[in-house]
Amino acid sequence: MNKIIEKEYLSEAVVRLVVKAPYIALSRKAGHFVIVKTGEKGERIPLTIAAADKEHGTITLIIQKVGVTSTKICNLEVGEEITDVVGPLGKPTHIEKVGTVLASGGGVGVAPLLPIVEAFKAAGNRVITVLAARQKDLIILEEQMRQHSDEVIIMTDDGSYGNKGLVTNGMEEVIQREKVDLAVTVGPAIMMKFAALLTGKYSIPTVASLNTLMVDGTGMCGACRVTVGGKTRFVCVDGPEFDAHEVDFDEMMLRLTSYKPSEAEAYESYLSNHPK
Amino acid sequence: MAEVSEYLKNERDQEWRVALRGNMKNKDRTQLERVSMTEQEPDKRNKDFTEVNSGLTEAEARMEARRCLDCVNPTCITGCPVNINIPKFIKRVEQGDFLESARVLKETNTLPAVCGRVCPQEVQCEQACFYSQKLKKPAVAIGHLERFVADYEQNSGKMSVPIITGKNGIKVASIGSGPAGLAFAGDMAKMGYDVTVFEALHEIGGVLKYGIPEFRLPNRVVDVEIDVLEKMGVKFVKNFIVGATASIEDLQEEGFKAFMVGSGAGLPNFMHIPGENYIGIYSSNEYLTRVNLMNAADPEYDTPVISGKKVAVIGGGNTAMDAVRTSKRLGAERSMIIYRRSIEEMPARNEEIKHAQEEGVEFMNLHNPLEYYADENGRVNKMKVQKMELGEPDASGRRRPIPIEGSEFTMEVDTVVVSVGVSPNPLIPSSMKDLEVSRWGTIIVDGDSMHSSVKGVFAGGDIVRGGATVILAMGDGRKAAESMDKFLKST
Repeated sequence: MNKIIEKEYLSEAVVRLVVKAPYIALSRKAGHFVIVKTGEKGERIPLTIAAADKEHGTITLIIQKVGVTSTKICNLEVGEEITDVVGPLGKPTHIEKVGTVLASGGGVGVAPLLPIVEAFKAAGNRVITVLAARQKDLIILEEQMRQHSDEVIIMTDDGSYGNKGLVTNGMEEVIQREKVDLAVTVGPAIMMKFAALLTGKYSIPTVASLNTLMVDGTGMCGACRVTVGGKTRFVCVDGPEFDAHEVDFDEMMLRLTSYKPSEAEAYESYLSNHPK
Repeated sequence: MAEVSEYLKNERDQEWRVALRGNMKNKDRTQLERVSMTEQEPDKRNKDFTEVNSGLTEAEARMEARRCLDCVNPTCITGCPVNINIPKFIKRVEQGDFLESARVLKETNTLPAVCGRVCPQEVQCEQACFYSQKLKKPAVAIGHLERFVADYEQNSGKMSVPIITGKNGIKVASIGSGPAGLAFAGDMAKMGYDVTVFEALHEIGGVLKYGIPEFRLPNRVVDVEIDVLEKMGVKFVKNFIVGATASIEDLQEEGFKAFMVGSGAGLPNFMHIPGENYIGIYSSNEYLTRVNLMNAADPEYDTPVISGKKVAVIGGGNTAMDAVRTSKRLGAERSMIIYRRSIEEMPARNEEIKHAQEEGVEFMNLHNPLEYYADENGRVNKMKVQKMELGEPDASGRRRPIPIEGSEFTMEVDTVVVSVGVSPNPLIPSSMKDLEVSRWGTIIVDGDSMHSSVKGVFAGGDIVRGGATVILAMGDGRKAAESMDKFLKST
C-alpha cells in the first residue's frame, strides 16, 4: 500500500513523490488533497495532489521540508511506503469556461496549482500563470506549467530568474494589460492575502486554495476552521477553495502558528538526531 | 415476541438454572448488598490515563450474581438495546462458569467489554431491573458483571470466536467502524455474509478510539474485540472513505450487494461567538482526537496538543466530562466545566459527573460564554461569561436557561474546549443523490428496518440519531443486520 514509485528533488527542500494509490488516482479531481501519516507515531498532515496517473494507479505529491513530519516524508525512498494515505478530500475546483484565467502560485503552492491550471486550460480558457519564489532554484514545475498555460511569468524576490519582484507585480502587469475574468491563487497565506487585495482592487473574482492545519481531514475536528465572509467554515469539507475576497487571511495566518514553539523545538531535536 | 418469551422460558427451565435458583431463597438474595467497584484514588488517577474503575474480583462477581432473582419475567432484557439474555449470563457467573457466561453475552453483543464500561446501565437494564422497579433497592450491577465477564474472557486468552456455519459468500459493507458498524459486522458474519468494514481513519473503532479516553475505555480492550471479528472473517479496510475514495456505485461494481452506513456524527458544533477561533480553543472532537487517537500527550508521538493550566470546557455532556477530565490529566491546575443549565439538567451520566467532581473538576453551572480574548500571539487568555437562571421547561423538557442581565464577568483561561454537540457528517449523504436526509442532515430510515430511501442502503447510529450512545448505535447495527438479511433473501 502507498508504495513510493518515483522520487525527485525539485529543489534542495522540495521533493516530488509518485505514490501508488489506485483508488485515489481514479477518483481525484483538480483541487483535491490527501491526508498522509508516516510511521506508527506520525502526525496526520494534508498534502495536495499535484497529478495522478489513472492507468498506473499513482498520485504525485509535492512536499517541502518545513518540520518533522514533512522531513520524514521527504526522507522516504523509492520502494518504501507512506504508512497512511487517505483521500481524495475536499471539494474539487469548480472548472468552467470563463475566458481568461490568471493563476498565481508561490512556493510549493505551485504544486496544487498545476492540476487547476491544467483543468482550466482543458476547459478552453486562456490561462496566464505567474510563478513566484524567493530565488531561482525554488521555482518548481515551470516546464509542466508551460505545457498547460498560454503564458508563464516568473517572479523572483532577488531577480535571479525571470522578473525581479513579488507575485503581485507579475499579476498586476497582466491585469493592466488585458481583461482577466477569474484569478486563482495558491501559496503561502501572506501571498494569497496580497494577491486577493490586488484583484479586489480591480474587482476580479478570485479563488484561493487554503492549506491549514488538519487532523482527520473529514470534517470531524475543526482544526482547519477559517472565517469566510464572517462565518466559520471548515477547509477540509467546505473548501479547500474559497472566495479569496471573503477569507480572513490574518486569522488564518494566526492559526497556522498554533504550534510554532513546540514544532520548532521538535524539528531541532529531530534534526540533531538525524544528521544528514 | 411470543417466540422470544418462549425461548427465554425454555432457557430458564433448564436444569442448571432451576438448580441454581434452589440454592438460595429469594429473601436471602435480596438481603445482599449491591457490590461497588473499586476505583483508583481520585488524586492519583487524575494524573495519568490508567483506567478509573478496576473491575470486580471473581468473589465479588459471584456474590453480586447471587442477587439476581432469575425472574420469570426478566424486564431487564427489555431495557437492553441489544437484548442480551441478562439472567442467563448472570446465572453462569453465579455458577462460576465465566467463559460460558461470555459466550452468552456474545450471542447478541459484539462488544461486551466496551458496553460493560460505557453503557448507561442506570437508565437501561438496571433501571428495568426488579430491584429498581419493585423493591426500590439498588439494581443488580448488570454493567459491572458484564464487564467482569468480558474482561475475564479477554484475560483468559481463551476468547471464544462464534462458529460460523454456512458461509453464503454474499458481499456486504459497513461504512464506518464505530459501534454501529462493528455490531452490524458481527451479526452479518455470524449469518454467513462476507463482510467488509470501511474506515476513514487509520485506526479501526471510530468513536471508541478517537473519542472515549483511555481512562474510561482502554484501546487494547477495543482491539481484542476487533480481533475476534477478524477471526470471524470480517475484513477491515482503513484509510478508505466511501463516497470519496470510491463511490457506492464503484463498490456495487466490485460485488457489494448492500451497505450499512454508520459514519457517525462527525462535525463539531461551535457557538459562533467572537474570538472562538483563537489559538488554544478546540472542539472536543479535536482535543480528544489529538490525545486519544494521535497520542499527543506522549512525547514519542509527533502530534502536538495545547493544554494549559486553566482549562474551560463548554458543555455538560459525556464528551465534555471526557475532555475536562483529560485536561486534568494533562496537568491543568484548574479544569472547569462551563454549562448554561444546572447540574440536574446535565446530559452526562451521573457516574461521569461524580468522577469529574472527585478528580477536582470545578463545575460552573448556570454560566454561558459570550466572548474570548487573546494575547499578542493570538492565544486565548480570557473569556467573558454570563450568569444564567432557569425558566420554564423547553422542548427538551429541561428548564430553559435565561441570561441574567448585567451579570457578565471575565475570567482567565488559557485553553478552551467547546463541547456543545455534533452534527452529522455530510460526506456520505452528499455523495448519494437519492438519499433522503432530514433538515439536520441525518439519514432518514424506516425505524423498524433501518432501511434508507435508497434500496439496499441501511443506516444506524449517530448518522441517523444525530448524537446518542454507543449501545444505541450497536442496537441500530444489529437491527440493520437483521433486516438486511431479510432484504437480501427476498431479492
